[in-house]
Parts: sequence; C-alpha cells; structure tokens
Amino acid sequence: MLPVLNNADSLAYFWPEMILTAGAMGVFLFDLAVAKSPRRILWLTVASLGVLAAAALATSHVAGLSPTPIGLFNGLLVLDPWAVFFKYLSWAVTALAILIAGPSLEVASERMGEYCALLLAVAVGMSLMASSTDMLMMVIGVELVSMVSYALAGFKKHDRKSSEAALKYVVYGGVASGMMLFGMSYLYGLLGTTNLVGTAARMNAQAAMLAQAGVAASVAGAGRVAMVVAVVLVLSGVGYKIASVPWHMWCPDVYEGAPTPFTAFLSVGPKAAGFALAVRILYGAMSVSGGADLATAVADVPWPQVVGVIAGLTMTVGNFAALNQTNLKRMLAYSSIAHAGYILMGVAAASETGSQSVALYLVVYLFMNLGAFLVVGIVGRLSGSESIFEYRGLSARAPFAAVAFAVFLFSLTGLPPLAGFVGKFHLFKALVDRGGSWQITLAIVGLLNSAVSLYYYARIVKAMFLDKPHTEERIAVPASYNLLLGALVGLVLVFGVYFDGLRQLAGSSVVLFGHS
Amino acid sequence: MLPVPLPHTLALAAVLFCLGMVGVMVRRNALVVFMCVELMLNAANLTFLAFAQAHGDTTGHVSAFFVIAVAAAEASVGLAIVIAVFRSRGTVNLEELKTMKH
Repeated sequence: MLPVLNNADSLAYFWPEMILTAGAMGVFLFDLAVAKSPRRILWLTVASLGVLAAAALATSHVAGLSPTPIGLFNGLLVLDPWAVFFKYLSWAVTALAILIAGPSLEVASERMGEYCALLLAVAVGMSLMASSTDMLMMVIGVELVSMVSYALAGFKKHDRKSSEAALKYVVYGGVASGMMLFGMSYLYGLLGTTNLVGTAARMNAQAAMLAQAGVAASVAGAGRVAMVVAVVLVLSGVGYKIASVPWHMWCPDVYEGAPTPFTAFLSVGPKAAGFALAVRILYGAMSVSGGADLATAVADVPWPQVVGVIAGLTMTVGNFAALNQTNLKRMLAYSSIAHAGYILMGVAAASETGSQSVALYLVVYLFMNLGAFLVVGIVGRLSGSESIFEYRGLSARAPFAAVAFAVFLFSLTGLPPLAGFVGKFHLFKALVDRGGSWQITLAIVGLLNSAVSLYYYARIVKAMFLDKPHTEERIAVPASYNLLLGALVGLVLVFGVYFDGLRQLAGSSVVLFGHS
Repeated sequence: MLPVPLPHTLALAAVLFCLGMVGVMVRRNALVVFMCVELMLNAANLTFLAFAQAHGDTTGHVSAFFVIAVAAAEASVGLAIVIAVFRSRGTVNLEELKTMKH
C-alpha cells in the first residue's frame, strides 16, 4: 500500500507552495510600500527572489522529510524526487525571468510588482502540475499556469501585438482545456476515479471485466473507443502546454507578441512542467512495469509509437517553419517547438533512461534557451525590433552578447562540446537503447532535423559576425545582463564537458510515486 | 420518477461538446468563440455528473464544481483580454487579428 497522508498532515509537506502563494500576495502589498521609491524595480526584484529562495529552502526541507515518495492531500498531490526536481527547475526559471525583467524596458517600473507577483503564481501552478497524480489537480495546475500566462502575454496593454497574442492564447488555451476536461470526464466514467496512480492496471482490469462479463463485442468495442478518445483528449491538453504538433499554432504568435522576458520564461518553465506531466502520465500512470508494457497497457494502442510520430512531426514542422523566419523571436518560437519534438523522443522511449534524458535536457535547455532570449532582449532594448536586420554586425556593436548568442545557438543545434550536445546525445541514446525499428527511424529523423536546424541558427551567426552593421552605434548592455550572460555561457560550456553530476541528478530524480 | 438513463445524458453532452468545437472553428467573433468554449466545458460537467450519478460516487460532483470555477476564471481573464484588444483596435473579430504574419 502506498503511503498517502490526509489533508492536515500534508500541510507539513506543502511549505514551498504556501510560501509562494503568500509571497505572491505579499509582493503586491510590498509594491505599494515602495511605490514612491526611485529603486522600486530593484526592491521588487530582491523581494521576489527572496520569496523564491525561501521556497527553495522549504523544498529542500520537505524533500528531506520523506526519503520515499509519499502522497499528499489524500492522493491529489505527491512528493517524490520527480516532483522535487521540477520544483527546483520552476523556481530557477521564475527567478531568471524576474531577474531579466528589471533591466528590460518592456516591464515598466509601476507594473513590475504585478509582473513579479503573477510570475510567482505561475511558479505555484508549475509545481502543482509537476506533482499532481489526480486529474482534478492536473486541471488546477494547468489552468493556474495558463490563466496567469494569458494575462502576462498581454502585459503590454497598449501594444497591438501583445494584446493580440493574449487573445489568441486564451482562445487556444480555452479549447485545449475544454478538450482535456471532456477527456477526463470520460476517463472518470470508465475508471470510476480521477486518480492517475495505477491507471494501467485499472484499464486492464476493466477490459478483462468486460471480456469476462461476456458483453456483446460491439459494447466492448465502444468502451475501447471511448477509452482511446478520452486518453487522446487528455493528452491534447498536455500537448498544448508543451506546444507539440498539432497543438502548436498558438506558440509563434504568443512568443512574438509577449514581452521578451516573459517569452523566455514561457519557452522553458511551463514547457518543463508540461513534460513533467507527460512523463507522469505516459511513463508513470499508463505503463505497467518499467514502461515495458506500455504498448499493450491501454486499449491495445501502441502509445509510445503514437508519441514517437508526434515527436517526429513536431520537430520537422518546427524546424522547417523556422527556416525562413526573419523575426528572431518568431524563429526561436519555432525552434522551441522543434525542441519540444526532440524532448518528446525521450518520452516516446517510455523508459527510465528516457525520463532521465528528458529531465537532463530540460535543465540544459533552460540555460541555452533563456540565454538566447536574453540576447534578443538586449538587442530589442535598443532598437525595439527583433528583425534579423538588427543582428547584422552585432559582433562589432556588442561583442560579448554576439559571442554568447553564438554559443547558445550552437548549443541549441547540439554541437559538441556544448551542453546542448550532451542533452541531445542522451535523448537519442535513450531512444536507440530501446532498439526497435521505429525507435531507430525516429532517431534518424531527429538527426536529420538537427542538421536542418543548423541552417537557421548559423544564419544568425553569419549575420552577427560576417555582415556589415547598418549603424556603428554600440549597444549599451546593462552590467547585470552581461553578468547573467556570462553565467549562462559558463554553464553551457561547463555542462558540455562535466555533465556527469547533472546526469546523476537527473537519474536519481526518476522516482515516480506509484510506479515501480 | 425514473432517473434519466446514462446514455441519454452522455449523448447530450457529446452533442454539446461537438457544437462547441465546431463553433470555435467556424465563428470569428471572439465573444461567440468564448461562448463555444463554455459549451465545451459544460459538456465535460454534464459527463462528470452523469457518471457520478451512475457510479453513486461524489468525485464527479466535486469535479463539476472545479470545472465551474475554472470556467468562471477563464471567462473573466478572457473578457478582460477582449476588452484590451477592442480598445487597441476597435474590433473583436479574430479574422482581423493579423499583425503577426506566418
């Protein structure tokens, strides 16, 4: 029997989220206290980072309380190494998104308080997504992240692009949550519970019961179709969060229209939480043992192959659409769709090493993708434009930013000896280790895609280093941005060579509640 | 009085869901699209409640309350954004939102 705590006892394990919730409200009030201060942005940044640091400390505290995975709130949430890993990742992304918002000119000082408080609320949502084992909690987590993200995407109120992005986001998001909830209502009806732990066993038991009861083949068939449709609908909700094909349409517009610091956040944070959820469903709940029986577990549909096809489509569509983009934010949006495809390869492997490679890649992706968006923010700060035209001759106008951008882009391509190579290598390895013919095919598709992606990444590098700038004016980069760029470049370089610790960390995190 | 049989309620919910889905794809007015999204969410509610009645279990009732709360929150955020869009360009027609080209 798995250990599950009741509501009162669970509170002792819920400190990080409680701190963040109180902190989000506290930052709103604190904003009033420092409203007249000339250093309002600095104060708010420090306060929000303090809240996040407290949440991180609380996370390490609650993780130490229970060495084995335990269920909280009567099984709505869990505390297992997988959840703890993604909690840390969420706090880190949120901290970086708050740090880079201050010096960017897209978040005005009188609105910085709202920005920080809303981001802290998203952090709570991401944590709930990563630790939910009940469909009800899953909805709450996804909706908390989505709804606050709608508001943040439209943060530049009088900007036409920003409000358009928010409207598109809210329409796509509403449809996705409608589909997900409808699927969940059917899963609840078929399985009799909203809890995800042991879904595979329940589904098999239900199929066996139908067979034993000798119901007519047509009724059993209808039940099977309903089950498949329900699972597909629930997975659409997850696919929308990670922006995989065919639920990726919102992604380019929202990324382009949203304020750059928030785009950077959106491309990493909610995506990571979505992958945490995808692994929890596909590897944790829907597989019988070690992921080996996933293929036959749910209504005889080969789910890993289904995810594999989606992975292949996602990376191909993302990469080919990115080829002729001239707006850097839009190009990076398509590139992030392609990366969702790569990471889905690890999910499609449906194995322990596959889940490990997903976790590993998301950490690496955090550094390189946030770094890339940081450079876009630096250039956009001066010119207000994200056109590739502005990047011509960037090596003369902002040498350090140009070099850093080149490092991030080559890392995103997956060239050694950068961290991106390590991440991609583990994804491919997890897939090839499964050894089936479709896995090998998918790996080859992934390799070809990486080659395609080199074209558009290298195009930016060429513009930065070989083309003549349209103006000689130097770009003034705030010291804090240079520091952050240096730190991110350092991490990308270091993890490209010394990745063993990171691999072990990711490996030890693949312990999912209720999955042996 | 006999309760409504499960298949009838499920069929009604499925019809509502499909109406909402088609509406989202066909209609271009943002407000009508939001109404269609609400239809989809309420179809989920109806299914939850029908199954809860069939199972004699309260989880479905609880889920329906959560869905109602989610729908309300989504409507409020969505309408706020519609107002922001209307202020910046004087229309809520989704066809005309083409500042960003593909």
